Amino acid sequence: MSAPLTSFTLAEARDKLAAREVSAQELTDAHIEAIASAGALNAFVVDTADRARADAARSDERLGKGDGGMLEGIPVAIKDLFCTEDIASTAGSRILAGFRPPYEATVTANLWREGAVMLGKTNMDEFAMGSSNETSYYGPVCNPWRATGDNRDLVPGGSSGGSAAAVAGELCLGATGTDTGGSIRQPAAFTGIVGLKPTYGRCSRWGTVAFASSLDQAGPMTRTVQDSAIMLGAMAGHDQKDSTSVDVAVPDYEAALERSVKGLRIGIPTEYRIDGTPQEIADLWDQGIAWLKEAGAEIVEVSLPHTKYALPAYYIVAPAEASSNLARYDGVRYGFREDRDDLTEMYEATRAVGFGSEVKRRVLIGTYVLSAGYYDAYYLRAQKVRTLIADDFKKAWDSVDALLTPTTPGAAFGIGEKSDDPVAMYLNDILTVPANMAGLPAISVPAGLSAQGLPLGLQVVGRAFDEETVLQLGRALERAAAFDHRPTPWWRDQA
Amino acid sequence: MSLDKATVARIARLARISVPEEDLQPLAEELSGIFTWIEQLNEVDTDGVVPMTSVVGHALHHREDVVTDGNRQDAVLGNAPESADGYFVVPKVVE
Repeated sequence: MSAPLTSFTLAEARDKLAAREVSAQELTDAHIEAIASAGALNAFVVDTADRARADAARSDERLGKGDGGMLEGIPVAIKDLFCTEDIASTAGSRILAGFRPPYEATVTANLWREGAVMLGKTNMDEFAMGSSNETSYYGPVCNPWRATGDNRDLVPGGSSGGSAAAVAGELCLGATGTDTGGSIRQPAAFTGIVGLKPTYGRCSRWGTVAFASSLDQAGPMTRTVQDSAIMLGAMAGHDQKDSTSVDVAVPDYEAALERSVKGLRIGIPTEYRIDGTPQEIADLWDQGIAWLKEAGAEIVEVSLPHTKYALPAYYIVAPAEASSNLARYDGVRYGFREDRDDLTEMYEATRAVGFGSEVKRRVLIGTYVLSAGYYDAYYLRAQKVRTLIADDFKKAWDSVDALLTPTTPGAAFGIGEKSDDPVAMYLNDILTVPANMAGLPAISVPAGLSAQGLPLGLQVVGRAFDEETVLQLGRALERAAAFDHRPTPWWRDQA
Repeated sequence: MSLDKATVARIARLARISVPEEDLQPLAEELSGIFTWIEQLNEVDTDGVVPMTSVVGHALHHREDVVTDGNRQDAVLGNAPESADGYFVVPKVVE
């Protein structure tokens, strides 16, 4: 029996579609079926099967004429942080229940322009605030992976946990994610897939529900580095509707993949060797260093002295921006309202009921650090620390072309295991947050399995707008790691 | 750094989130824990450091100052929990 159509990589599917060996409708139907039998993962919050079939029929017509875009006929899933015209867009929050945007996000519009087929919207931590996908109003997502000999449900990471589970569980060929502090890379590492956070400004933020505007960036989540390169090519580009999207040419990312890494200088930041890092993470990192050395790269020890301050500074900057961005959810213009006779009481009740506890916690932190008398002590200081973090990276670029680190301090953990301790949960992002604070592109590539049989990722961070080198190194690691493990599809028995 | 109940009540009011009285103390303790962790930032010497304003330094685009969108009253009101006669409806605020 040949492999199911859902096992193709995005690149393989693209080539088979172009050669008319498979139709977009067959490919789409196979994915719709896979989604229908994966309810136990809770990866999707909105199913758009009818739309997918219509998209696929149109793609087959175009492919039949020999035209079509970069992603013509490719079934993808969309993180529910992207506004999709006339299709429910919830951001994982009750407060956006029933919201149907009258417009389309630029990133998703770019995907449709290139012919992608929309399967549905994926579950996520509420307003992208979380590292385990447990803060969603629509319930936690289950990681398709389970530890060896253990059938406990594990988190897929977050906040793009639904997208990660959908890609890892072969429910789509690729998915969009967003990354504010690690929300693409950490779930990618936890589910054994590739996740790429582009440079801040590479993808438009227009139409993406805002969490922390100076950090948020959309990116692809796929099963291979090549697939991420293809998908980013479709998502990226300057957009007049986002003044922070940068007007620089989008290169042919796929062409960068097979470039030799010979002679590239790879920095190993000393400060990322954090006390208490499990031995298997340190070993994985050493393995990654050895792989790149064998491929001809030069390994250079570098120092990024302000690394340890990136996460606490993030927990000022991100909540501050979030408290401002989330002020718009007032029960008046869209979504959920808790009726009261008095206007202020209506606002307060709507937000008390509509937001979950993690979102409320962060809005309160943000409100506090921006409040009169505290602004200088917290927000201004954090923005200065951010300058120092960015300067650390700038200095490193004098001697290296990219950095190699682990993506996370450990493998996926159990649902409920860390929910009682916010700071323990925040520490999940300790290795991913610095790239957001400095706006740099970074990729996570599956590189090995933990002793418990769970995937672990390595991260490559590059210079601003140098996604090509990041992808090139990601491809080199992928080739060396030859990570071909797949989760056992236990969820299909539970359909 | 510790936040007391009164401070939590004040910021909850500023954030327009109602917090029941019995939740104020546990929330104060939880937020105090987070702020204690955040305050390791005080170790950093930030004298003379310019605060970050834009992570990717680039000049903003200029565009013609013209209307590019509009006349979409139905779309604007379409998601409102309550609307009437082209307006959003809220509880009465003036007697």
